[in-house]
Amino acid sequence: MMSAQMDAAQVLTGAGLDALLQVLKSRGLRTLGPKIRAGVIVYEEIASVADLPRGWTDEHSPGHYRLRRRDDAALFGYTVGPHSWKQFLHPARQCLWQARRDGAGEQPHFEPEPSDAQHFALIGVRACELRAIAIQDRVLLEADPQYRARRRDTFIVAVNCTVAGATCFCASMNAGPAVSDGFDLALTELTTSSEPLFVLRAGTDIGRAVLSELPRRPASDTEIARAAARVEDTAASMGRQMPSEDLPQRLLRNLEHPRWSEVAERCLACGNCTMVCPTCFCTSVEDSSDLTGTQLTRTRRWDSCFSADLTYLHGGSVRQSTRSRYRQWLTHKLATWPQQFGTSGCVGCGRCITWCPVGIDITVEASRIAAGESG
Amino acid sequence: MPERIVKPRLGVWKFASCDGCQLSLLDCETQLLTLSETIDIAYFPEAASRAPRGHYDLSLVEGSITTPADEARIQTVRRRSKYLVTIGACATAGGIQALRNFADIRAFSAAVYARPAYIRTLATSSPIAAHVPVDFQLHGCPVNKHQLLEVISAFLAGRRPGIATHSLCMECKSRGHPCVLVAHGTACLGPVTQAGCGAICPGCNRGCYGCFGPQDSPNTPALSEALTALGLSRAQLQRLYRTFNADAAAFRSESERHGD
Ligand code: SF4
Ligand code: SF4
Ligand code: SF4
Repeated sequence: MMSAQMDAAQVLTGAGLDALLQVLKSRGLRTLGPKIRAGVIVYEEIASVADLPRGWTDEHSPGHYRLRRRDDAALFGYTVGPHSWKQFLHPARQCLWQARRDGAGEQPHFEPEPSDAQHFALIGVRACELRAIAIQDRVLLEADPQYRARRRDTFIVAVNCTVAGATCFCASMNAGPAVSDGFDLALTELTTSSEPLFVLRAGTDIGRAVLSELPRRPASDTEIARAAARVEDTAASMGRQMPSEDLPQRLLRNLEHPRWSEVAERCLACGNCTMVCPTCFCTSVEDSSDLTGTQLTRTRRWDSCFSADLTYLHGGSVRQSTRSRYRQWLTHKLATWPQQFGTSGCVGCGRCITWCPVGIDITVEASRIAAGESG
Repeated sequence: MPERIVKPRLGVWKFASCDGCQLSLLDCETQLLTLSETIDIAYFPEAASRAPRGHYDLSLVEGSITTPADEARIQTVRRRSKYLVTIGACATAGGIQALRNFADIRAFSAAVYARPAYIRTLATSSPIAAHVPVDFQLHGCPVNKHQLLEVISAFLAGRRPGIATHSLCMECKSRGHPCVLVAHGTACLGPVTQAGCGAICPGCNRGCYGCFGPQDSPNTPALSEALTALGLSRAQLQRLYRTFNADAAAFRSESERHGD
């Protein structure tokens, strides 16, 4: 019961959040968090609380996103933007190794894998994002030493969602809006127009150590109840939901459903959905040599099941049609991922719906296709 | 006896174009020194109408075919080149001058020249690949210098150039740019355009103009539908597809569906 006692909810007031950022920085961590850039909430380096999107929220619908003013001073009063933490943990481009040789015909010397291990503190991680990180851990922790190095020292400050977006459906994926595990510290925001207020608890020893350095007081029962009620309201106001019953089997029974062709007519094969998805991990590996042919580099970059080259084998791409690419994407996320990795590949964050330029909605497509020919 | 290394010969050929792609080569600055140490560069501006001599290990061809003389010259370049790589929108798709393909060239000549009878020009501006077999096409208006160096390095090493043919959106998202189409309602050709420029325009809050031509799986009708929903008129849509790559198949067919 020791840990339950230590993890009694605390309240962080006034400059408490800034103190948290400073403590994390003093531990050598790069503090990354939400910031407004070009009309969008992105994840970037944040220096202080002044960088956070105070008083802003985001409006979502398929293929549409706008920032809107809130009538309070909430710092986390929005849902998720186009960025996800994978851009730091599983970056878009990564050098795998280099080799150098003294001249043409000489043997190349392989240069050790460049280590770029950076230590991150992620500020404002949502429940769906924690789940997405856990999914990527499952795929990458063992296979990718660079991911492992970055992930090992990542400090996570999670935030319980106090607002749901119109494209959110984490509740029906059992992935949110309340965080359950995988965090060092978890906050629930009770900020009003006049006063910043957070109920927080620690989830790990390092989280407890950091918490002990912050200005805080024990949370009152009323504050704890208010925080819980906010998160419950969020769960009740989800913009969308994913059909859950037997979804994998029903999708796999409908691989020739006419809806696949209909969605392919609208789909741009642009790959935005996979780029913004916090669980998509596909990459391509490129080898390049310089002009002199003495410096060789192997680079890994994000790729997508929507790009023709991803399935290029001798003679051409396996998935020529957009129909086959969309079907691969949706059935992998929702039907074959569970077989492969033991969980769904979707956490219900809604990014692929909002950021699809033509507003294709995974919940609508999955429902129609899973309903069978009559759907 | 010291080993004598025969440097590969690189020919740079110009047809109807603005020279922008060759400038990308000059823009390679420090690498240009390495380049000139590694290979013998022979440069043939358009004005040099003399027949090319000798053989070239790699020919970079800029510009489109717009005159009967150039129709003949590209045949000679091809015969004398081991590998022929087209660079830029003119060479790969006919360029901005392919707007003539949608109009009557005689009317243009009559409007511009006092004595149009002296003008010997073809009715169309066509890409190099319409005339001779091409080993690789590097898109862009102008081409990206990093991609150009990659293609030259790849041909020197005898490997496949690492040039992605997927959408610009993937490059835009990889760079973390906010999407101007979804977040601002700005018309953007990124979803149907090939990556390679570095997503410069979305990075400056502008929509993509399609300088790199169609991506490998372009769905232009679906994009037009989304742009119509943003409020673009049929004339604006036509205008959007008719720029540097107006005659690239996917852009051409889409522009023909719209208009006044
Ligand atoms: S598939 Fe869509 S909703 Fe699901 S996790 Fe990926 S981006 Fe989010
Ligand atoms: S579903 Fe949407 S975002 Fe994904 S590839 Fe198709 S058009 Fe692009
Ligand atoms: S700004 Fe343009 S290129 Fe970038 S993701 Fe949006 S539609 Fe694609």
